[in-house]
Amino acid sequence: MRDIGASLAGALILFFARFITAVRGRWDGVAPTDEQRIYFANHASHGDFVLIWTVLPRRLRFATRPVAGSDYWLKSSLRRFIGRDVFNAVLIDRDPATRTADPIVQMSEALDAGSSLIVFPEGTRNTTDAPLLPFKSGLFHLAQARPSVALVPVWIDNLNRVMPKGEFVPVPLVCTVTFGAALALAEGETKQDFLARAEAALLALSPKANAS
Amino acid sequence: MTMPHPDLLAVLAGLLGVLIVASTIGYVLQRRLSPDGSNAVVENLNDRIRAWWIMIVLMGLALIGGKTGVTLLFGFCSFAALREFITLTDTRRADHWALAAGFFIVLPVQYYLIWIDWYGLYSIFIPVYAFLLMPIIASLRGDTEHFLVRIAEVQWALMICVFCISHVPALLSLDIPGFQGRNVLLIAFLVIVVQMSDVLQYVWGKLLGRTKIAPRLSPSKTVEGFVGGALSATLVGAALSWMTPFTPLQAAFLALAIVLMGFFGGLVMSAIKRDRGIKDWGHLIAGHGGFLDRLDSVVFSAPIFFHLVRYGWSTT
Repeated sequence: MRDIGASLAGALILFFARFITAVRGRWDGVAPTDEQRIYFANHASHGDFVLIWTVLPRRLRFATRPVAGSDYWLKSSLRRFIGRDVFNAVLIDRDPATRTADPIVQMSEALDAGSSLIVFPEGTRNTTDAPLLPFKSGLFHLAQARPSVALVPVWIDNLNRVMPKGEFVPVPLVCTVTFGAALALAEGETKQDFLARAEAALLALSPKANAS
Repeated sequence: MTMPHPDLLAVLAGLLGVLIVASTIGYVLQRRLSPDGSNAVVENLNDRIRAWWIMIVLMGLALIGGKTGVTLLFGFCSFAALREFITLTDTRRADHWALAAGFFIVLPVQYYLIWIDWYGLYSIFIPVYAFLLMPIIASLRGDTEHFLVRIAEVQWALMICVFCISHVPALLSLDIPGFQGRNVLLIAFLVIVVQMSDVLQYVWGKLLGRTKIAPRLSPSKTVEGFVGGALSATLVGAALSWMTPFTPLQAAFLALAIVLMGFFGGLVMSAIKRDRGIKDWGHLIAGHGGFLDRLDSVVFSAPIFFHLVRYGWSTT
């Protein structure tokens, strides 16, 4: 019963996402293949992973789990249903003081089980005018823990205009999701260098960065 | 639901025939010139033909569905067009309410007014009421940066994408003596003439095109293509007079008006695209770009065609 409800809710969310954003995936750097990946994306709205999920081919969609903050997604039963049952999210506790499980271990276990992951290395939604917040170190530690998994940058464009923080009615606008070339942690690369390289690879996919 | 008029069925059967011929030609060209899918022109042609199938089947279903079908179809076209247009504007956070009102209040109300035939209100709802109310909503947020530009963009988006497009289904509300129950054929006439004009201009341009007509706006448009396309589309219009309340001469005149408005409408929309640094409005229709790329000539010709017919033939 719960499964039927979850796949129905999933289909409804996909339909709504397409209706509002007519979202299109652009596979510039990689092709949509079965290869296991960590997709890392910019984060401006709660709909971000929905859009990535929407443009993934159906087969990959069910093998790809978003990584999300448990403080938000466990707050109400509706969010729990959407986060856990519909999207099968890997829920991590972002607060080191309260957490009982290490997020890197949780993510590594999901990768070991064969899933691909969607992560937002900025750690929180970007509500500033800057295109990208500085990355947290999680992406580096994850790359260190599972160095064989390809890291694919994903730029989500325009969704922040569809539903700015604090608004509850979305404005329909065309969105794109651009997948860049995969990168990997180089031998002996420092945390700082790696995160800077990952940030640059993601920013390079933004249409605004290309325009100026 | 009443039985569709035999003339409408004849038109749809004719379109089906044209599509089958086009698909056959596309298939042969593909086998001959692009067996491995490498000839971009042939692939684009086949993408376009496939998209035409979908557009004509949808259009045919809507026309058979009568007023409700046509109003819903063009309501959705307006929605998709507005979504593409607003995406390219410089609107800011402070315009959020005004934009949401445009999509979820102005658009449905306009199409509802069309559906209930309230000519007195649907012809001024956006130019008067939305024109005055939208800037009020935007000003309440207190953000004055680029204010005039932002409200002008929203106004233009609503006029083009909602007001103008809604004049296609509005053709159903005209009351032409001796033509009752056949108004959907006016829509078929308008859409066929506009789209044939686009196709024929493309064909004539490919065959004879030399002199660019507006190199800065639209490098593919040529004088030869324009003249050849306009004249042949006018002839197509005259040849379609049997399905309209017009004589062949009147049909040719109206077709010419449609073709001219459509052509210059296409130039205006190209100018906007150039200004924004894009080639297509969107990506929803394979081979054609976005909804607005396909609708730009309809946008400019529909209200003029509507008013010419209303003034000259309708009793309402």
